[in-house]
Amino acid sequence: MFKYLKQLTSLVAMVAVLFTFTTESMAAKKSKTLKNTQKKGFVRCGVSQGLPGFSNADAAGNWTGVDVDVCRAVAAAVLGDANKVKFTPLSAKERFTALTSGEIDILSRNTTWTLSRDADIGLTFVGVNFYDGQGFMVRKSSGITSTSQFKDGISACTNIGTTTELNMRDFFNSKGISYEPVAFEKADEVVAAYDAGRCDTYTTDKSGLAAQRTKMKNPDEHIVLPETISKEPLGPVVRQGDAVWEDIVRWSLNTMIEAEEYGITSANADMMKTSDNPAIKRLVGAEGELGAAFGLDNDWSLRIIKQVGNYGESYKRNIADTGILPDRGPNQLWTKGGILYVPPAR
Amino acid sequence: MNFKLKDIVPQLITVLAVVLVFGFFTYNAQINMENRGIDFGYGFLSQESSFDVQFSLIEYDGSHSYFRAYLVGLLNTILVSVIGIIIATILGVIVGIARLSPNYLINKFAAFYVEFFRNIPLLLQIFFWYFAALRALPLPQDAEAMFGVFFLTIKGLYVPAFIWQNFNIFFYSIIAAIIAIIVIRAHAKKVQENQGKQIPVFLISLGLIFILPLLSFLIGGVKLSFEVPVLKQLATTSFIYEGGVSLPPELIALTLSLSLYTATFIAECVRAGIQGVGKGQKEAAASIGLTPNQVLKLVIMPQALRIIIPPTTNQYLNLTKNSSLAAAIAYPDLVLVFAGTALMQTGKAIEIVSITMFTYLTLSISISILMNWYNKKIAIQEK
Repeated sequence: MFKYLKQLTSLVAMVAVLFTFTTESMAAKKSKTLKNTQKKGFVRCGVSQGLPGFSNADAAGNWTGVDVDVCRAVAAAVLGDANKVKFTPLSAKERFTALTSGEIDILSRNTTWTLSRDADIGLTFVGVNFYDGQGFMVRKSSGITSTSQFKDGISACTNIGTTTELNMRDFFNSKGISYEPVAFEKADEVVAAYDAGRCDTYTTDKSGLAAQRTKMKNPDEHIVLPETISKEPLGPVVRQGDAVWEDIVRWSLNTMIEAEEYGITSANADMMKTSDNPAIKRLVGAEGELGAAFGLDNDWSLRIIKQVGNYGESYKRNIADTGILPDRGPNQLWTKGGILYVPPAR
Repeated sequence: MNFKLKDIVPQLITVLAVVLVFGFFTYNAQINMENRGIDFGYGFLSQESSFDVQFSLIEYDGSHSYFRAYLVGLLNTILVSVIGIIIATILGVIVGIARLSPNYLINKFAAFYVEFFRNIPLLLQIFFWYFAALRALPLPQDAEAMFGVFFLTIKGLYVPAFIWQNFNIFFYSIIAAIIAIIVIRAHAKKVQENQGKQIPVFLISLGLIFILPLLSFLIGGVKLSFEVPVLKQLATTSFIYEGGVSLPPELIALTLSLSLYTATFIAECVRAGIQGVGKGQKEAAASIGLTPNQVLKLVIMPQALRIIIPPTTNQYLNLTKNSSLAAAIAYPDLVLVFAGTALMQTGKAIEIVSITMFTYLTLSISISILMNWYNKKIAIQEK
């Protein structure tokens, strides 16, 4: 009797295992990440360890910034609440491993889109939420006003694990200048060392320079040189292999940018439902079935605009009003002289 | 037969379990990497690294390979570990003996040092020494020369570079001096054992190590000149020193904090070792007419060392592994250069982390083997 019982249990167990595997793989075809996110009830988002304007936590632990808003937009779209995000602060070194190992589902951390990152290490860049370029900061008192005044032996403080180190080498090599690279793991130490006088110049993305300048003992003593030595398109990244999730993140970002283009703001989004323009009506969910393609309801984009706002609102709130980069430069809509241009939502 | 089986089966099960666990992790990693389109392989080691490193013992720049970058990091780790171990040992022995001093002031000061430095987290101490140094040190243009040739500034310690002529002759003269000293020591020991006569070996050794190299200068054609660092202006308020050798402040801060921290533990090992030798030994040695110096050198220390060496080995291993905290203050060690920048640029996380782990393992085991050999050498020889 017991003998059969034992066999029966093992049979049941085997069937159960087999069954879980099949249901699992069928759901995975839809989107494993989306399913897990909805089950958990929050979006797992990797951000920086503190870069004002992009991702920065206040004393109460509330995260703000344009990078943070991308994750909030995704949370609003898939969970209905922009606050349902779990932020994981990551160093430049840790960020890709955290994403590929599945610790986070979106990496929105001022990350430069490059060929080798996109192709080599199992990542997919979904778009650009900030067009940036690498620059140099120096002390005003040094009298340097252009990188052409750099001389042999100059010491440059920067972060490890970024494209910055490579650009810096390309730049100094092409000018034939010998330099001393001083590379730290965390941005705070870079700022502290540069501020103390360890280095003659501090180099990173210009947005980062502008943001870190606000953290210096006396911001007015430092200037960012006019030259830009590289292209740094910064944007959110997802793991390779989940096309639906990739689309959700891409179109959450695109929705914010396109909403600005059509003048839809968090304040007027509801009223826009009765607009005459079909493009606007599609964006606020009054026309078409755009959400169905991702397995979402039709109000997903409306929620993004209402809860997070359009790209312009996000920029103004996080970067312009905080005095980091009041001038939007290339990060202006293509209709207003910038290069922000996203494919149409239709 | 049955008995043997009972012995073997648990062993087999253990081995099988270990293989299964490792197999599972390898398989799992393989599947996940395949799904995400990540290649596995060590081919990247021969690719051009295209990043520069601040401080290197061998010739290196971004046009060299990732493997070369690995060597740069490894050598920097070994450098800071070796210097740290030497300073920590000297300081630890002094403080350990000082803790047993009958002099109240010396005793209490040593105790205070030990309690203070071993109870503060090492990372904090590294930050303290680094940023305290950065705040306290002068800018290059304000630095005052020490002995006219050393310049301690926020950008590093600049020391004169040695420029040798016929360096190999000088080098051979030192080797010759060392061999001569070894021969004389062996001879002196024999003389003492046979005739009971003592030869002042120490003074003779000291003389040899000075006189032979000096001779190489006088008649061997060896010449030494110094290249003194010279201040150079880069911009209105930015200066550096050119020429000479520059030691980056990161290296100085890291060595200082590692040695000060580890010396406290070594001091405790030394104290324990000396106190572990019976009081009777000291009294007996004194009663046969040995001087206090001889008592320490010939009776106490050989016995104390047996107690001191094993725990001190641990401290050497700790210091070597702790040197990986260098990444926090930009000292380009193995972790910063290889497991940091190189990992980021290539994305080869599993490969690079495994190489780094294996390297630290090799370093630690080498130190262990060396110390165990020394320990065995000074252990009681049962006759």
